[in-house]
Amino acid sequence: MKAILKIEHLSKNFYLHEQQKLISSCRNISFELDKGSFIGIVGTSGAGKSTVLRCIYRTYLATEGHVWYNSLAYGPVDLVNADERQIINLRRAEIGYVSQFLAILPRTTAFRHVTDAALEAGFSQAEAEKRAAQMLDYFRLRRDLWGLYPATFSGGEKLRLNLAHAMVKAPRLLLLDEPTASLDPDTKLLVRDLLLKLKNEGTSMLGIFHDLEFMEGLCDRVYNLSQGSFTE
Amino acid sequence: MQTVKNNKKEKPILEVRGLTVRYGQGCDYCLNGQPLLKNSCPHCKTVWACNDVNLELYPGEILGVVGESGSGKSTMMKSIYFDFPVTEGSAYLQAYGAGKANMFAATAQQKKYIRNHMMGMVYQNPVLGLRMDYSAAGNIAEKLIAAGGRNFGSMTARASQLLEAVEILPGRMKEPPKNFSGGMQQRVQISKALANNPQVLLLDEVTTGLDLSVQAKVLDLIRRIRQEFGVSILLVSHDLAVIRMLADRTVVMLEGKIIERGLTDQILDDPQHPYTQQLVHSLL
Repeated sequence: MKAILKIEHLSKNFYLHEQQKLISSCRNISFELDKGSFIGIVGTSGAGKSTVLRCIYRTYLATEGHVWYNSLAYGPVDLVNADERQIINLRRAEIGYVSQFLAILPRTTAFRHVTDAALEAGFSQAEAEKRAAQMLDYFRLRRDLWGLYPATFSGGEKLRLNLAHAMVKAPRLLLLDEPTASLDPDTKLLVRDLLLKLKNEGTSMLGIFHDLEFMEGLCDRVYNLSQGSFTE
Repeated sequence: MQTVKNNKKEKPILEVRGLTVRYGQGCDYCLNGQPLLKNSCPHCKTVWACNDVNLELYPGEILGVVGESGSGKSTMMKSIYFDFPVTEGSAYLQAYGAGKANMFAATAQQKKYIRNHMMGMVYQNPVLGLRMDYSAAGNIAEKLIAAGGRNFGSMTARASQLLEAVEILPGRMKEPPKNFSGGMQQRVQISKALANNPQVLLLDEVTTGLDLSVQAKVLDLIRRIRQEFGVSILLVSHDLAVIRMLADRTVVMLEGKIIERGLTDQILDDPQHPYTQQLVHSLL
C-alpha cells in the first residue's frame, strides 16, 4: 500500500431511536491520501465534512466502507473495525486530531497539557518537557502563559495550544477540523506557515477549511463535499 | 520515536467473564435466559443484579462504567473486590496465577491476599472504606498491616508520603477522618487504596457530591496516580464529563448487563443503543 490512508466507499448514517429517524450524513466516499501530502475538504455546513474526519478518527462508527491506514505499529489497519486498543495506541503515537475546541482537564496548565501528550506517546519525562517547550515556542505561545490554566486563553492561543498538543507526539497523520475558524488573519497566516512547515517535514494531513485563500499553495488536492458525496 | 508495541494482542491486567450476581434462587423461566422484567424475573422475583458481565482492563488504562442507578455498576465493582459473593462467572488477574486462575474460586486466604496486595477500592460512601474513628494515618496503616507491614517507622513514613500525594496536610494525619470534609475523606480513601501499590484500582463514584473545585482536585489526582503509579483503573461515574476527560474506553450498563462498549468519545458522540442515546441526550 503506497498511500498512508485509503478511504473506500465510506458511508455514515445516524439512527436516532427516540425519534425513529435515520439521518444520512455522507455517502460512498472514496479517496486516497499519499504520504506527506495535504488534502483539503470544503463544503457547506452540514455537508458531512466533520463526519468524514470523525469516522477516520473512530469517534464515529462508519456504517459502511473501510478506512485503511498504513500504520507503523501494526501495518495496514482498517480503522473502521480495528480493535479499540489498537486505535488508542495509534491515537497516542501516530494519529493527531485538532478541532477548534480545547478539551482539557481542569487545573491543568498549558505546559502540562502538552507535556502529558508527549508522555502518553512514550517519551521520558525530561524528553517530554523538552519537546513540549519546543512545540509551544514553535507555535509562538508566550512563555508567561505556559504556567496558566488555558480556560483564560484567547481563541487563538487555545488553538495554538491545541496544535502543539497534537503535534508534540509528531503524528504521521494529522486530521484538522476547521482549526482556523474564528481566528484573525494574522494568526491564520501563522497557522498556515506552521502547517506548511509540518507538511515539508513529511506529515500527511487531511483538513477541513472554509477559507479557500488559506488552502491555496497548502493543499495538494481539494475535495468538495456536497449533499454527502465527493467531487474533486 | 515509535513506542507502540508490535505484539498484536495486548494482555489484559484484569479480565472478567460472565459475571453474574443473583439475589434469589431463580426458576426454570429465568435460569433459561428468558426475558426479564427490568432486572428481575417476573415469576420468581429473583433479582439479577449483574447478568453475564464481560470486560477487560488493560495495563495503564482507565475504563469508564456508566449507567443509571440500580444498573449493577457498584455490584460489579464490589464483586470484583470480593465484597459480594458472585453467583457465576470468573475473573482473572494477571498478577494472580499468571492470569490463568479464576480469582473468584480462590480460597478465603488467597482472596484476602489479592484484595490487600493487588487491588484497591474507593467506595462512593467513605464510611464503607474508612474507619472513621481511626486516624487518617491509622487507616493507611491498617491496609499496610494487612499486607504484612510491621515496622511502625516505615509505615508512618509511607502513610505521610501517601497523604502528601493526595494533598492532605501532614499536620492532620493523626486526626480521624470523621473530622474531615467529604472531599478529604475521599482523598484519604484513595491514598488508602494505593497503599500497597495495587495494579488495579476500583473507583466507585469518587466525585459524586463534591463541589467543583474539590472535584477538579480529585480528577487531577486520578490522572496523576495513573501516570505515576501506572495503575489500571475501573471508574464508575454518573458524570459523563468526568468519563470523557478520564476514560480511554467506556462500557454502558443497563439492568445488570453491558449494553454498549467502545472508545469513550465514540460512546458519547455516536451512541448506538437507545438507552445510551437517551443518556447522552440528557446531558446539560
